[in-house]
Order: sequence, then structure tokens, then C-alpha cells
Amino acid sequence: MSNVYDIIIIGGGPAGLSAGLYGSRSKLSVLVIEKGKFGGQATTTAELENYPGSIENCTGPALTERMKKQAEEFGTEFIKDEVVSVDFTSDIKKVLCKNGEYNAKAVIIATGAEPRLGGFEREIELRGRGVSYCATCDADFFEGLDVAVIGGGDSAITEAIYLTKFAESVTVIHRRDSLRAAKSLQEKAFNNPKIKFIWNSVVTCAKGDEILESLTVKNVVTGETSEISVNGVFVFVGLNPITSVFKGHINLNESGYIPTDENMRTNVEGVFAAGDVRVKSLRQVITAAADGAIAAVAAEEYINEKFNK
Amino acid sequence: MIEVNKDNFEAEVLNYKEKPVFVDYWGDKCETCKQLMPDVHKLEEKYGDKIKFCSLNTSQNRRLAIAQKVLGLPTMIVYVNGEKAEVLTPDKISSAADIEEMLKKF
Repeated sequence: MSNVYDIIIIGGGPAGLSAGLYGSRSKLSVLVIEKGKFGGQATTTAELENYPGSIENCTGPALTERMKKQAEEFGTEFIKDEVVSVDFTSDIKKVLCKNGEYNAKAVIIATGAEPRLGGFEREIELRGRGVSYCATCDADFFEGLDVAVIGGGDSAITEAIYLTKFAESVTVIHRRDSLRAAKSLQEKAFNNPKIKFIWNSVVTCAKGDEILESLTVKNVVTGETSEISVNGVFVFVGLNPITSVFKGHINLNESGYIPTDENMRTNVEGVFAAGDVRVKSLRQVITAAADGAIAAVAAEEYINEKFNK
Repeated sequence: MIEVNKDNFEAEVLNYKEKPVFVDYWGDKCETCKQLMPDVHKLEEKYGDKIKFCSLNTSQNRRLAIAQKVLGLPTMIVYVNGEKAEVLTPDKISSAADIEEMLKKF
């Protein structure tokens, strides 16, 4: 059998990176597998003002880059590959990727979540042509232009405020009559002259010839529809867990998230989950990092009991 | 990779006829773009004889990008005889393998 790692971590966001740090600091051999970008969703956040200690100049990319470096310094290995299937039935867990197979005594699933679609007509067709899910990536295209933000939670309002640095106007379209975002964010948004609100409304259709030109907005109370002219729309209406590859191998809840106990253990021995992919009430960088630390320590204890007796 | 901008885009991309031209649209704030960059350089080593490789920093060439209907990052486009032959919008790029799939068509 090829090299067996102590821990394989699937996913290189804050949860995976923090698990890598804790695992390799305990002198375990740790491999982090990431298919897309190290840093995960955090790399799409311009300002992480709710991560303790990140008072100034703390962008998502900068913070996660430091997390990766720190784990690397303690010996965590990193590879770019995509997991296509897993076999968790034996003591040695197998992770099959596009470019190779990897084995480990324990696996930590930290695959996270991805933005949910807004669910309006022509959304897919106009992605990258005015429809965006990443304000940090795309905001500067819209300098001096009008944009809309769909959603009313922390992400939507944080990104709406960020977009005002670029756009001429930012219209927040929310399906309820009040925001879910933290009060301090709400205050900032209400006091920002560039931000307007359309309440009790959903976007039904995007229009434009090759690039976005306008949105059809429907008031869910009155049923009335209207058109607003915008060049960009940023969709922040929640997340979907990235767990399809684990279906049938571990328990998932009805939404696809992974239930764990407080030590991040899944229903399968030796398989742990950390971060946004887990059933939990608060999905933030800080809670992902905490999950990663707990999962790595729990995995270490499991390995000691199972393999080192 | 040839760095293209508003001054040389026409000559290097639109009026270039010898082989297909691949343009990597990226930006200063796009982490995905930056993480893909080393892989794109590797693709150039592999496909560079058949396809011309260019990159365009949209942060510095916003109007040019919008004129090419690029409003999201990363976006990868292959031009043939100055016309868009293949476009990969951000949602279709999860790793360099997706870009390679597109390049294999030429």
C-alpha cells in the first residue's frame, strides 16, 4: 500500500487550514487536498472585521494566506486535486482523486459550502456578465455604475457596503421587510447614502443583450412587478454544502450538511467534519477555525487509541 | 504570456490570425485568478505552440474588459481570427483542468 497519512483533510479553507496547523503541530503527517482555491470562501471577503485580532488590513485572502503558511511551516502538505470518491469502510480510509489515490488513518471533511443561486430567469446565462457571487472579485468592474444586491443577511449587507466604494448606487433587494444582518451592519447600511432598499421583493428575471442591463423585481406582498436598470447584481442568498461526493458514505441531513458531535465526529469512526459543511448555527471564519482545531485534536486521539495501542 | 492592454489588444488579439489566441482575464483582487496563474503558465508550456497565450489585467483595463463583455473574474476566452470561439465564465472554472478542456478543442 502506498504512503498512509495520519490525517487527510479535504478542503483548504479556514477549517481545513486550522486542522492542518493543529495536526502537524502534534507531529502527525497531514495532507490537505484542495480542488479550487486555498482559503475557500474567505478569499471572496474583502474585510473580515469580525475575526478577533483583525482590526486593520485584514482581508480574507491575506488572513487565509497566513493560515496556510503557518500550517506549512509545521509540516502540513498541500496538494491541488479534486476528490471523486471515498472509501471509509476500513480502518485505513481511502480518498480517490482525479490525479491519484491517498490513504489515511483519519479523514477530516472541510469542504465547506458554496453560494446558493438566486433562482431567477437567465441567472446562469449571465454569470460573469453582470451576475456575480463575489463582490471582492468583481466590484471594480462596476466603478461609477449601478448595481443590486440580493439578500438581507450578514454577507449581503457587508458586501453591499463594500460595493459602495465602487458603484454609483447599490440597491439591496430583500424578500422580507427587515434585515437579518447584525445590527451594526444594518446601521452602517441605513446611513450610507449610496444604498437603497427594495423590501418584500424578489428578482424574477435578468435582462440584457450579452451583459446584464436590468432586473425584473416582483413585490411578494402586492404581486406588482417593476424593472430596475443595473449593470451588476450580486447574489447573497445563503449557501449549499459541498457534500455530494460523501453521500452514502456518511450521514448527511436533509439539506446535505454533515451532523457531528461536539468533537466533530461524524457517524463513521475516524471520519470528522469541520467548518461550514457541518450542521451548525453560525458559519463564520472564526467558527470554522475552531472546528478545525477540535477536529484535529479529536482525530489525534482517535489515531492514538485505534492504531498506537 | 503576453500582457495585453488597451494599447495592444487589437494587434495582439483581434487582428492576430496565425493561431488561436487565449486571453486570461484576471484582476488585482481576484484570488482565484492568482491561484490559477501558475497552472495557466504550465498550460502555456504544453499548448503554447498551437495557441498564443495572453493575460489581461482588468483592474487596469476595465473598459476594454467590459467591451469584451467580461464582467466577472476569472474569465478565459479563446479568440479565432479576432472572434470569440470559446468563453469560460467564472462559474465554469473550478480548476486549471477546466481551462485545459477548453484549450484541447483547438
